[in-house]
Amino acid sequence: MSSERYSLFSLLRESLRGHTGWKPAWRKASPQAAYDIVIVGGGGHGLATAYYLAQRYGIRRVAVLEKGWIGNGNIGRNTTIVRSNYLLPGNTPFYECSMKLWEGLEQDINYNAMVSQRGVLNLFHNDAQRNAYIRRGNAMRLHDIDAELLDASAVRAKLPFLNFDDARFPIQGGLLQRRGGTVRHDAVAWGYARAADKLGVDIIENCEVTGITITNGRVTGVETSRGPIAASKVGLACAGNSSRVAAMAGLRLPIESHVLQAFVTEGLKPFIDCVTTFGAGHFYISQSDKGGLVFGGDIDGYNSYAQRGNMPVVEDVVEGGMALMPRIGRARLLRQWGGLMDMSMDGSPIIDRTPVDQLYLNAGWCYGGFKATPASGLCFAHLLARDEPHEVATAYRLDRFGRGAVIDEKGMGAQPNLH
Amino acid sequence: MRLNCPHCGERSLEEFTYRGDATLRRPAADASAKSWVDYVYLRDNPAGRHEEYWYHGAGCRAWLVVDRDTTTHRVHSVRAAGSTSENTRLNHEHA
Repeated sequence: MSSERYSLFSLLRESLRGHTGWKPAWRKASPQAAYDIVIVGGGGHGLATAYYLAQRYGIRRVAVLEKGWIGNGNIGRNTTIVRSNYLLPGNTPFYECSMKLWEGLEQDINYNAMVSQRGVLNLFHNDAQRNAYIRRGNAMRLHDIDAELLDASAVRAKLPFLNFDDARFPIQGGLLQRRGGTVRHDAVAWGYARAADKLGVDIIENCEVTGITITNGRVTGVETSRGPIAASKVGLACAGNSSRVAAMAGLRLPIESHVLQAFVTEGLKPFIDCVTTFGAGHFYISQSDKGGLVFGGDIDGYNSYAQRGNMPVVEDVVEGGMALMPRIGRARLLRQWGGLMDMSMDGSPIIDRTPVDQLYLNAGWCYGGFKATPASGLCFAHLLARDEPHEVATAYRLDRFGRGAVIDEKGMGAQPNLH
Repeated sequence: MRLNCPHCGERSLEEFTYRGDATLRRPAADASAKSWVDYVYLRDNPAGRHEEYWYHGAGCRAWLVVDRDTTTHRVHSVRAAGSTSENTRLNHEHA
């Protein structure tokens, strides 16, 4: 296969050889005529799905089709946060499964993904929020997930520079998940791509799916910009564009595509040692290992495929930042960008079969897809291989909207821009 | 992106609230559960021209129908929802 095992020994050997022996991390595969499983979308979820199909379920005649290049979509556009601090029964086991996979990921795929369990701290600013976080923390602990309630003095010891005595939104404490943190997002894509490739998966870049071939109600392959490819099963993992691809199979989804912006400042000396979220506005921030402050807030709130947003949300995000930690006003913004979110109607994802035989759907990740990458891949691989939902993803059904079994973590109702 | 309100002129986005696809039609009260589920949850979500409702809450408080391209954010037209809208026409047909 295309690359050998990374280790301290290989690093030393290459250091002595002037780094002339490193090989590409994955092959530039060309499409074959047929596969057992074709995965549409070479983002984090598609690559993770391919890896777990090969590694855990022994299915290696797999192709991942990516219209651009690996790492170009949301896997390279997020704010790198991982956590499993969910409340609802449908979500909690799934995100904890993901958290556990993150904890073992680097050994599993032999790739340094810079998994950093620096903690995720959700601040609260009044009694009602405190009660809500106590409830959430208790729900987590009942699922054997770590959660710790910090009072204001404990938060102050950790992050002394926050705006504790704001007249409207004083910081009263926070819910801390110490096992949460950040993961280097590009490395997740590259690591899964390399590991899947090593197991024989074809990763085919610059290959856009232009049609889904259906014969007698059953999927038999896809049309692509590089020719037709036959497949026994097709899995869609193209969040952001799920509606467009599903429409090729005649499906309408409970999804709107929205834009979410993110921001990073110039590199600064380390001063924020955990992911911190503001409870009185939508603002979350962490500091990358390179020193940049990485932060974001709400989606813009209107349908968009443009991968860029507008100024009102930029203003809203930096207002939140200034309210929480006034010192970031001194930092200079280095970059700002947008990604496409599959905003589902209840704010939760879909990992399920579709009404078309042998066509499977992994979609609706809203703005929370990155943390879910490993579990999404594992559960989608399980569904594709066994034709039944993985035990931690049984709630993510496509028909849950019609059954009234929505998973509305924020209790907002069927309007995507409120989630 | 700015919206040219027919009553107030061109205004910034902060003044508006978005309410999604304006081409959806409310089913009759006794329509099947499936058509209600489709109406509440399913969307075409097109990449390209999209007719959508915006509410000018910090201006004239009128509901507007905006024809906008979701791939470029270019606004093709803004008109007042209401008298000329499909809803009203359909309601007359049902009446």
